[in-house]
Amino acid sequence: MRSLINILELSVGEIDELIATANDIIANPAKYAEKCRGKKLATLFFEPSTRTRLSFEAAMYELGGHVLSVSSGNTSSAAKGESVADTAKTVSCYADIIAMRHPKEGAPYVAAMNASIPVINAGDGGHNHPTQTLTDLLTISREKGRLDHMTIGFCGDLKFGRTVHSLIEAMSRYEGVRFVLISPEELKLPSYVKKDVLKAKGIEYLQTTDLESVLPELDILYMTRVQRERFFNEEDYLRLRDSYILTPEKMKLAKADMSVLHPLPRVNEIAVSIDSDPRACYFKQVLNGKYIRMALILKLLEVD
Amino acid sequence: MYIDSIKNGIVIDHIRAGKAMEIYRFLQLEELECSVAIIKNAASRRMGKKDIIKIDTLLDVDLNALGFIDPFITIDVIKDGQLAEKFHPELPDTLTGVLCCHNPRCITSTEQELPQVFKLTDRKNRVYRCIYCETQSK
Repeated sequence: MRSLINILELSVGEIDELIATANDIIANPAKYAEKCRGKKLATLFFEPSTRTRLSFEAAMYELGGHVLSVSSGNTSSAAKGESVADTAKTVSCYADIIAMRHPKEGAPYVAAMNASIPVINAGDGGHNHPTQTLTDLLTISREKGRLDHMTIGFCGDLKFGRTVHSLIEAMSRYEGVRFVLISPEELKLPSYVKKDVLKAKGIEYLQTTDLESVLPELDILYMTRVQRERFFNEEDYLRLRDSYILTPEKMKLAKADMSVLHPLPRVNEIAVSIDSDPRACYFKQVLNGKYIRMALILKLLEVD
Repeated sequence: MYIDSIKNGIVIDHIRAGKAMEIYRFLQLEELECSVAIIKNAASRRMGKKDIIKIDTLLDVDLNALGFIDPFITIDVIKDGQLAEKFHPELPDTLTGVLCCHNPRCITSTEQELPQVFKLTDRKNRVYRCIYCETQSK
């Protein structure tokens, strides 16, 4: 019985297998329509989420399984003070697999230690969100046909964005990947990520505040939202929120086959008019998220 | 100053001056019935000043955890009045109940019955991280 708490628990080979399964699901959905018949997924979301919860639930339904859902900490026994460990033991009696989102970092790990069924971390505070990283990897792989030898630009909030840190860690395991880190001074990638991941592995990276000057060299542009909840001062948030807005004019500087990714939700960092640009991949990314979660559920439930 | 020699027990030597009480508390030596001597600021050729603890019994604890508190100490195990073993404690791979996670977003901040467990992630730089949220210890 295995869980997924941190993306680095998966080897490069296992990620390749998951991507291959997701691609096969996309090509042959009917083959997978009954794979999880009789199985139940419990989605325990103690924090608001639209995409991730619906994506997990849609994934299980498309595998022919069922879903049991807790969509708020206020409507569950957590509101009565039940521990994560007890919740995990209880839900193990009803379901076959758990997807858990929790505001406290490490809560899904505690659940995995106590559950008798696999637990998938669906986001724990600002810590890990491995299925978002799998979604990003599947999208890059489908758009580029590879995960190695490319230049990826990360733009916006590189300080607090957990999706950025996880994707950098995951992509740093592939050969020939170069990173361009575009952010205002206040939202630069934390030095421990640069030290522990990039410098430790001798990976080439460029840090800049100027999006336009580096756009022509990017194969992937990963945009992020500046998160209001991370700021103590509304003035700082408003000033930094508008640091980088991707517009059709800026897209003229980019390669004809550059892919734009975004973990969503967006605020104003990507102009809506870019949605119709064939290089905009963020809604494809949402769809890919469902397929990679289907592949992950199959793997953790050990369904052939 | 004269302290009796030990027949069966442990001498924790080369403790950095001023650290003896921390080790005393960590090993919960106040709960022992036997003689325990704490020597503070003893002269040392190598260290200038050092602390020493002498315990007149063989403790059944993992003394390697002391390597986290003070990496320079030496442990002498005395059996039948003879030096039976002498070692420098290595940094333990995990520390349980020694450190507390200071991350307010960590699950241990709300579920206080969870054991505080830290894993050694970088031996060279003596870095321990919380097993739940991976925050580095202070």
